[in-house]
Amino acid sequence: MPKLIKDGAIANDEWVLIESAEVEGALPSGNLIVPLALWAAQQEQLLARDEEVGVWLQSDESPDKIGDRLRELALVAINFPAFTDGRGFSYAQLLRSRLNFTGELRAIGDVGKDQMFFMQRCGFDSYLIADDKDTDQAIAALSSFTDTYQSAQDQPVPAFRRNA
Amino acid sequence: MYQYNEFDRQLVKERVDQFRDQTQRFLDGNLSEGEFLPLRLQNGLYIQRMAPLLRIAIPYGTLSATQLRTLADVSRKYDKGYGHISTRQNFQLNWPALEDVPDILAELAEVEMHAIQTSGSCIRSITADPFSGVATDEIEDARPYAEILRQWSTLHPEFAFLPRKFKIAVCGSENDRTAVHFHDIGVIMAKNEQGETGFEILVGGGLGRTPVIGTSIRKFLPKQHLLTYVEAILRIYNQLGRRDNKCKARIKILVRALGADTFAEMVEEEWQHLKDSPSTLTDNEISRVCAFFEEPDYNSKVNTSEPSQLTENKEFSRWYTNNTRSHKQPGYRSVVISLKGTGTPPGDVSDTQMELIADLAEKFSFSELRTSREQNLILPYVEKAQLFEIWQALGGSGMATANIGTINDITCCPGGDYCSLANAKSIPIAEEIQRIFEAPDTLDELGDIDLKVSGCMNACGHHHIGQIGILGVDKKGKEFYQVSLGGGVGDNAAVAKILGPSFSQAEVPGVIKQITDIYLDKKTPDEKFTDTLARIGVQPFKEKIYAKTH
Repeated sequence: MPKLIKDGAIANDEWVLIESAEVEGALPSGNLIVPLALWAAQQEQLLARDEEVGVWLQSDESPDKIGDRLRELALVAINFPAFTDGRGFSYAQLLRSRLNFTGELRAIGDVGKDQMFFMQRCGFDSYLIADDKDTDQAIAALSSFTDTYQSAQDQPVPAFRRNA
Repeated sequence: MYQYNEFDRQLVKERVDQFRDQTQRFLDGNLSEGEFLPLRLQNGLYIQRMAPLLRIAIPYGTLSATQLRTLADVSRKYDKGYGHISTRQNFQLNWPALEDVPDILAELAEVEMHAIQTSGSCIRSITADPFSGVATDEIEDARPYAEILRQWSTLHPEFAFLPRKFKIAVCGSENDRTAVHFHDIGVIMAKNEQGETGFEILVGGGLGRTPVIGTSIRKFLPKQHLLTYVEAILRIYNQLGRRDNKCKARIKILVRALGADTFAEMVEEEWQHLKDSPSTLTDNEISRVCAFFEEPDYNSKVNTSEPSQLTENKEFSRWYTNNTRSHKQPGYRSVVISLKGTGTPPGDVSDTQMELIADLAEKFSFSELRTSREQNLILPYVEKAQLFEIWQALGGSGMATANIGTINDITCCPGGDYCSLANAKSIPIAEEIQRIFEAPDTLDELGDIDLKVSGCMNACGHHHIGQIGILGVDKKGKEFYQVSLGGGVGDNAAVAKILGPSFSQAEVPGVIKQITDIYLDKKTPDEKFTDTLARIGVQPFKEKIYAKTH
């Protein structure tokens, strides 16, 4: 089982990830994270359920594609097919700063401690990491650097304005 | 030059700690080769043919005598007693042991140096004119803006995993010495109609497999918007740049696919969201950084006359002409220290040479040095009256060869002798060419000729922009060399044209000799090689060279 780190601590995963848009039969119960295509096709039905709904984006799916009802989502997840595919960092910044998304923003896929500091800066607040990875080390990596130069979601004011 | 504050120091130290942990995890088998690779690259560490290669950042080519001494120390302690100046003004060690790299980085951090983002698919170390602050054709000193960009790009969380490497140069002078048109972003200092200084922004230039001249997407950007505008460009590239094919992943391919106009519109639209955000530079910040680059305490009683030895010493006079440059401060010159003596790989410098240069910088150049794209070291602030002593000192250590700007001032990548990417050796080719032309009278006769050698398509030796370019290629397991003519930078920015079928290693020196013979035959009095070439074109060279050899 992959392990969840949320708000800087180990957490229980209360979400079910639907990997493919080709769902056979009824959707499972519980809070669902659905692929963008499923969200696009069944927005009304998904929002009408009693449980929460979230959408996950593939690395070539811009958050713009979620559409106007983004604010009704409790969670957006961004998939990193490989940690070197850095599109998700820009998507996170756009979700937080341009699209004003305030729900949970989760990194899924190839997520490792060496990327999590940057992910956090871009606005992620939860990380699903592979089950062979050390959660203590991953949590520690969120504070690899005491301070940084540039503006991002965790610190919108760049160092040069703070230290002036 | 820029001095670290507590903030900078802490960040660099924490980066060393982070890399020490990553290296240890790799050595313990807890980080796979594939996982470690992008992490070590972002700390300047390649694994090469013989050993790792560590590329240490020299931001915009400015370093202190103390830093150069540390490089000498590190080269002696952890390597074979020499290092190499790269074509992006950085410093490379060819033989460090992987397990020593964290210690090397820790020693460098003590003197405010690092290897952050000197490699990998991220925003690379920023380059600028090595004569910044002293050049007579300067619009404004580029270094403060290069430093501002350095800080902004260092550990930028959004752009650590770009589709491909991303290079930025800042040109602050009328004559471009940064190859600004051949960068992913070229920042050119420019004045608007009101006489205010700002930037012209070029995008999509680059060398490598597909050489492209950058396109101007904004003629004038007011200074305060530098970071937000560059951020808009990067954000679009990070999302839309190709990630399916490494050879098509640079921003130049994206700009070409979309069309420069469309790309410019997309940047403009993205920028409207970022413009005037907190990343907008304040006057306060610009003056804070500029203050680090103020003029040194020039000698007000300097002797402004030419050195007396010029008339009586022909060798010194030749060196003065070729290896020193005019200076905006009367009575001063900048000195280019030639790392191009025949028989040593271009750009290589030994530990003892570095120490001698550091001594000279302390004694004669306000303890400051520069590295150049042409792989030489520069003393930026030297009184004319002290040039003779410097010339003698350099000469004693093989660094006063009066060949700067000549055909023997060869730009050359490490090539097949070191680099695992290379198709062919480049250093032996450079040496064979230098042997043909090394007689001072020959170099005088030929004047300025820019010759550049790369050992493969990645073009680290910048062969595309050499007036004469040589590229190593692999043909059925054998090393061959393609020769091209007519590359240039600045107002003459051009990609050199390939002359024709490639040559064997043994043929190359003869071909270069033929090129210079044709030039001497066709030139008008006082016409430079580049002007003759522009006038007569490549055809006469093609005809003659291929008529004889094939």
